[in-house]
Amino acid sequence: MSLAKKIISGDRRALARVLTLVENGDAHSKDILAELHPYGGKAHFVGVTGAPGVGKSSLVNFLAQSLRVLGDTVGVLAVDPSSPFGSGAILGDRVRMADLTGDDGIYIRSMASRGAVGGLAYATGAAADVLDAAGFNYVIIETVGVGQSGVEISNHVHTTIVLVASGAGDDVQAIKSGILETADILVVNKADLPGAEHVLADMRSNVVMNPSPAPSDHHAKSKQFDGSDLAWRVPLLSTVARSGDGVDLLIKSLLQHWEYLENSAEIDNRRRTRIRAILESLLRNRLYTRFMEDISRKQFDALLESIVLRDIDPYSAAARLIEEKYKASCLDKA
Amino acid sequence: MGKHPIRVLIAKLGLDGHDRGAKIIARSLRDAGMEVVYTGLRQTPAMIAEAALHEDVNVVGISILSGAHNTLLPTLMDKLREQNLAHIPVIVGGIVPDCDVNTLMDAGVSAVFGPGTLTSDIVTSIANVIESDLQD
Ligand SMILES: Nc1nc2c(ncn2[C@@H]2O[C@H](COP(=O)(O)OP(=O)(O)O)[C@@H](O)[C@H]2O)c(=O)[nH]1
Ligand SMILES: [Mg+2]
Repeated sequence: MSLAKKIISGDRRALARVLTLVENGDAHSKDILAELHPYGGKAHFVGVTGAPGVGKSSLVNFLAQSLRVLGDTVGVLAVDPSSPFGSGAILGDRVRMADLTGDDGIYIRSMASRGAVGGLAYATGAAADVLDAAGFNYVIIETVGVGQSGVEISNHVHTTIVLVASGAGDDVQAIKSGILETADILVVNKADLPGAEHVLADMRSNVVMNPSPAPSDHHAKSKQFDGSDLAWRVPLLSTVARSGDGVDLLIKSLLQHWEYLENSAEIDNRRRTRIRAILESLLRNRLYTRFMEDISRKQFDALLESIVLRDIDPYSAAARLIEEKYKASCLDKA
Repeated sequence: MGKHPIRVLIAKLGLDGHDRGAKIIARSLRDAGMEVVYTGLRQTPAMIAEAALHEDVNVVGISILSGAHNTLLPTLMDKLREQNLAHIPVIVGGIVPDCDVNTLMDAGVSAVFGPGTLTSDIVTSIANVIESDLQD
């Protein structure tokens, strides 16, 4: 049986193996992903983002349990940063997800960002596709949680949950970073701590008072031809991810958001946005890799040297490399 | 195929509440270029075997200080076998009296490190264990 068939038949070891191959960009992964593709397209992809320590993993722990109670299966991809000084990483999200063990309907995979910026690893999209094909009803992606991570995650999921917490100026940071605008559901976590009320009020005035976030491809709200406005109003919730308080309302909002996506045909927009993001990033990476393989190392190094000597500038050098390569490939064909 | 990071699971087996040593090892392994899945305190053999399965790790590193190693580690080896993961090398760090080391090795553990071991030796040994494992 092929690895893909094994995954579809529920073999967890095959699933784990394939996720490694996908992560490593192994030569076999392309064929496996191709074989899995027809089986995908059913899962609800959910992103959980927010600053490090805000409580993402703790919240996923309760989200997944609640979804299981509803009878759904859940795959989790938890991304943590790779060390900037090497290939190593400490992937610690499972620490907060201990309640999820011993259940065949849950699969948790830790991923290192491996040099990618934006809160995900390059392979996270493909890994989510694998979990989708494996039949999980929900695929939850926990981001690294730095900088603009929220912006990238929203291109990869159907529902983006943005977490902020009270204390440590987290909310101000969140407002500045622009991740609030990508939220489909906004959650103030650590509601048990002092200052939560303040953060809630802050969020209320910054986001909820403004029900149509800055339009973008992704968030352009669908309107039906009969003119009924199906705009989604971003709910503002508060949770205690340590105890699970408030998670029931979060689940309710999550289900409502899916309903909204399906009823407004927005789900198609988001599926397209997601596929486009994956396709574009594949092309970008593949073309670059191939280009670098194709051009002569000597020529590249010589140009580099010329730039250092200020004989040529990097912009003209790049243009020259591309032009020459392009001409060469035209000659090949002639 | 390029060189990809080795994936290691570091887990605290049993009920003792000290994870300082485990965290130091985790950081050293990260600095040596490995991806370390750290699962935290109070892990049962079943939890560790499941994490090893999900995470497709190349090696499992167990920290145990509780004294219950003679019962917990053979159980862990059983759980790994149940998951068809008997091929994953298991190394153990912690307080294990000399007289128990052979028992653990008989149960299938690849190496046991006592409290005095240099972190760098543990890192080297993990790299070696995996190296020989990959050559099989
Ligand atoms: N007081 C309080 N602490 C929380 C809450 N949620 C998470 N924490 C704690 O915050 C820390 C970071 O949580 P974690 O889920 O790992 O955050 P992540 O980095 O965003 O995944 C842990 O010590 C949690 O126990 C909460 O609602 N209230
Ligand atoms: Mg986390």
